[in-house]
Amino acid sequence: MSSTLPRWIDVGVMPLLNILAAFIVSGIIIAMIGENPFTALGVMLKGAFVYKGALGYTLFYTTNFIFTGLAVAVAFHATLFNIGGEGQAMMGGLGIGLLVLALDAVLPAFLLILLAIPVSALMGAAWGAVPGYLQAKRGSHVVITTIMFNFIASSIMVWLLAGTLMQPGQMAPETRDFAEGVGLLKFHEIAAMLGIKVARSPLNLSFVIALAAAFGVWVLIWRTRLGYVIRATGHSEKAAIYAGHSPQRIIIITMAISGGLAGMMALNEILGVQHKLILDFTSGFGFTGIAVALMGRNHPVGIIFASLLFGALYQGGAELDFEFKTITREMVLMIQGLIILFSGALVYMFNPMVERLYHRVFTPQKGTA
Amino acid sequence: MEGLWLQFLLTIDATLRVATPLILCAMAGIFSERSGIIDISLEGKMLMSAFAAASVAAVTGQPWLALLVAIGVSVFLSLIHGFACITHRGNQVVSGLAINILASGLTVTLGIAFFAQGGQTPFLKGDQRFSPITLPFADTLRDIPFLGPIYAEVISGHNIIVWIALLAVVVTSLVMMRTRFGLRLRAVGEKPEAVDTAGISVVLMRYQAVLIAGVLCGIAGAYLSIAHGAGFVREMTAGKGYIALAAMIFGNWRPLQALYACLMFGFLDAVAARVQGLELPLIGEVSSDLILALPYVLTVIFLAGFIGRATPPASIGVPYVKER
Amino acid sequence: MTKTTQHNARGGTPPPAIALSGISKTFGAVRANDDIALTVTPGHIHGIVGENGAGKSTLVSILYGFYQADSGDIAINGQKVQIKSTADAIKLGIGMVHQHFMLVPTFTVLENIILGHEHRKGGKSLDDEIALARQELSNLAQQYGLEVDFDALVADLSVGLQQRVEILKTLYRGANILILDEPTGVLTPQETDQLFEILATLRQQGVTVLLITHKLREIMAITDDVSVMRGGKMVAHLTTAKTSPEELAELMVGRQVLINADFHDAEKGEVCLVADNITLTGDGGIPLLRGISFDLRAGEILGVAGVSGNGQTELLEVLSGITPPTSGEINIGGQVIGAHQPATPNDVKNLGLAHVPEDRHAMGMVLPFSAAESAVLGYERQAALGDSIWFGPDLLQNHCAELMQDYDIRPADPALKCNLFSGGNQQKLVLAREMSAAPKILLVGQPTRGVDIGAIEFIYQRLIAMRDQGCAILLVSVELDEILTLSDRVMVMNNGASMGIVDKKDADAQSIGLMMAGVV
Repeated sequence: MSSTLPRWIDVGVMPLLNILAAFIVSGIIIAMIGENPFTALGVMLKGAFVYKGALGYTLFYTTNFIFTGLAVAVAFHATLFNIGGEGQAMMGGLGIGLLVLALDAVLPAFLLILLAIPVSALMGAAWGAVPGYLQAKRGSHVVITTIMFNFIASSIMVWLLAGTLMQPGQMAPETRDFAEGVGLLKFHEIAAMLGIKVARSPLNLSFVIALAAAFGVWVLIWRTRLGYVIRATGHSEKAAIYAGHSPQRIIIITMAISGGLAGMMALNEILGVQHKLILDFTSGFGFTGIAVALMGRNHPVGIIFASLLFGALYQGGAELDFEFKTITREMVLMIQGLIILFSGALVYMFNPMVERLYHRVFTPQKGTA
Repeated sequence: MEGLWLQFLLTIDATLRVATPLILCAMAGIFSERSGIIDISLEGKMLMSAFAAASVAAVTGQPWLALLVAIGVSVFLSLIHGFACITHRGNQVVSGLAINILASGLTVTLGIAFFAQGGQTPFLKGDQRFSPITLPFADTLRDIPFLGPIYAEVISGHNIIVWIALLAVVVTSLVMMRTRFGLRLRAVGEKPEAVDTAGISVVLMRYQAVLIAGVLCGIAGAYLSIAHGAGFVREMTAGKGYIALAAMIFGNWRPLQALYACLMFGFLDAVAARVQGLELPLIGEVSSDLILALPYVLTVIFLAGFIGRATPPASIGVPYVKER
Repeated sequence: MTKTTQHNARGGTPPPAIALSGISKTFGAVRANDDIALTVTPGHIHGIVGENGAGKSTLVSILYGFYQADSGDIAINGQKVQIKSTADAIKLGIGMVHQHFMLVPTFTVLENIILGHEHRKGGKSLDDEIALARQELSNLAQQYGLEVDFDALVADLSVGLQQRVEILKTLYRGANILILDEPTGVLTPQETDQLFEILATLRQQGVTVLLITHKLREIMAITDDVSVMRGGKMVAHLTTAKTSPEELAELMVGRQVLINADFHDAEKGEVCLVADNITLTGDGGIPLLRGISFDLRAGEILGVAGVSGNGQTELLEVLSGITPPTSGEINIGGQVIGAHQPATPNDVKNLGLAHVPEDRHAMGMVLPFSAAESAVLGYERQAALGDSIWFGPDLLQNHCAELMQDYDIRPADPALKCNLFSGGNQQKLVLAREMSAAPKILLVGQPTRGVDIGAIEFIYQRLIAMRDQGCAILLVSVELDEILTLSDRVMVMNNGASMGIVDKKDADAQSIGLMMAGVV
């Protein structure tokens, strides 16, 4: 806490140092299994940015991470640890699925899409608010409850998708396709309408919604009364009580907002690409949100950058499958684990070292004290 | 009637098999958490050691050596957890999560690099793994009514690690409640400053606890890949570490109660596999998916204080800092 | 158990049980202990008095091996020693009963006592050790009059009994020097009396006792010698029989600097707040407030004097709506607040009450916030900020900039984080926020704690100006000089009760000091 470092080091240099450490360890592991880490890095960079359509894919993944990263960050501001992003996103997807499957014969597509956005957020919010309520009023810790809620959500999904919602005559655990047109426009489609030719990619309007959500979170946290109270509660419950606020209420509200953001991740996957409800569309992105929030220092701008990094890692990692026999996209999971370790659990490890270095370089020599 | 009885016995038998890794991990969790260190990395440690055990067994054909290496790998992850949480006072949940994700990625990456079978290890056969131990006279006694099948189906025919798991419960219980080490361990999770002012190192106690957790998770991992299974499959722990965590919580951080919870959760698992699609009066079609969610639902209800009262160690999750 | 010190075979005076010289300890910029010297005679009860933050706890923590001194020497029973850890201290026969008990609530008394010293008795299993310990402990308990149920869970014991367990624990570990840090803070008067009996027995048996407290009554009641600390320094060593509570109070709180406050009499207005028989009961049934009654008029400053920890904090929290009273009523301009009509801090604020809390770091501001953000804490809804959900930074900045100018807060940078301001400027910011709300009633807790002299003068002038404008001010302070300088009337608190209200003309340091000590 008591860092004596200037802000630019705290916000700029430290995260880079932590990523660097994660990459060095990853590089050592790659070298140990007999591949050249620099070649691997090159492949990933090309895969993420250079190949045709690569950038679109990278930004598509980025979209997921912005949502889940924001979700974790909002909760962090109230010193709550929401690791339930997976479950909340699943519920968001379920909300979209139920809405569209029930009404796509009745309502026009654009109305359904407009409705799907709040529905995904509300379903995620509900799945976040319950653990919030249980912590605020019943004293059960939000960390454990959200873990359990991930598994409960997953079971519900399996139960529904392999049961009631399963497409008749099919064996795969997924619903029928949504009606024609019920989906978010993809960027290459929009570009085509404007007469510009862009490579096909799953990047869709959710990306814009994600950026809007990032802006919204920034406004919420730093420009509204509620955000102010959330931060005050996070820093000092005593001060919040003194100022006349109920920490319990704030915990529930914060968890709802956090869950809502995670729920909106489903827009990208379900309404953006799949156009039907499938199993496991969250693919661990809820957990990646934790890495993103930690690296982005819980600030929307930091989160967008961190999401871009992870988007590139995921897309570039997929490229590894084609170029190497021995290293695959699972490499990315490993890097992700290391990033969480270094920029989360070991965040204080480099601090004393950097502080000493900083003071040696920047502090003018004092005379004998 | 005879058939139903056998069905039941087979379910109990399966319960024990399913519960074994849960029991080992729950005991691991008890050691770590009663010392004040949250351990959600049971899953990752188990996964990593399952992979290590299968790899070593595949290469050397020595199951005991494989078990040893599995323990070593799991202990190494424990040390990382300890280094982050005890030495650097990092966030214990974040550290545990990092280990789980790291294990997910590393097992597949290394698996492909070592064996080039898409993340799996080669199929283990015969002596390469711990095989079931058929107790004496199991076949002869089978025909004795009632007791015979119990002996032959439920008690006989388990591999050594099932017995180790049950032994681990007894040992954990004794160590916790009947030894000096246990007394100090429980104290350090409740009130570390009381231990510190008694002249005992809080850091050392917590490291010891975390290491023991590593050993137990290592055994659990080896069970999955070289005793219960015959090789490593990616993500083969499939959330068992979290179920063990739930069982530990449901057992109120106590060895015997955690054992019961593991058996109950194991039973649910064993039953779920057998009743899918079964039509029951009043309930309708049974869904195994929902039965599988019961451990989590029960744990949430328990934690919220609707049944019984959860009493986690008082200082869990709080890095120890001598107060200024 | 070594009780040989008094019967020193070589005759002559035995070496001191504890001899400290030149002990200094610095935390960051704070010099917690500055060149401390202390000599404790074996078999005596030696008191150390001083206000909160005087450095008493740091000193005994050094003695018990919790911290190490930056410099200085320690000698125990005449032997120069290094105390690097708690284990070292225990080996030297030093035992400590901490202010907050170091007991595991879920353990039995016996388990707590043997924790860390299990194998000393040579038992084979834990059960053996417990059996052996039980034997020895029942002897100890009898010898020192420390009877307690060994198999009870500590959580089920009263605070007094828990303390007994702490003392037994130190004796079991072979302590012949016993340090007690603020032992009576959590005790009822009856329990305090029992503790003193125990201490007297210990003294009889040759145990040396170091008693850390800020309560003068206790020093007078039980100690042989007393040392006074103030601001990290040792200011006096006295023989208890030859001193008086007044002298000690003066040494303890005496702020030597004279502050120009321009106090003048003013006309009192109508009654704004009536407190009628307020009581508050804490966890475990400990009475924290015992029937406090007073009225507060517009245009007066009612000072609340008392050594810290005598209920002032709780009084402020009850009056400001943070904690509802257990019984009794508060009437603010006709609005009644009581156990059955609780009010939130917001309700009370809407009745025209503002509150400068004692603890500005935990309550009065949010340290990681910018000054501008802390400057609206609790006033987020006020009309001046625009009654919308938007929280424009310009609005906050301008508001804060105004306050900074009006109250001479430096550096005048609303964007600066609160923890980067000096104590005086932090306090001025909190005062500015609360005063600028133009309250009818102002509660002020410890307005000058950790504040430099220049800022103190400024704060005094502002408080008096507020009063002159007709605000009713309740001023809680442990600084007696401050109370005497600013108050029109003085209420003295001791042990959660009001010892009486004195008019300014009748209030002098001596009479108030006696009331503070609970002597009356």
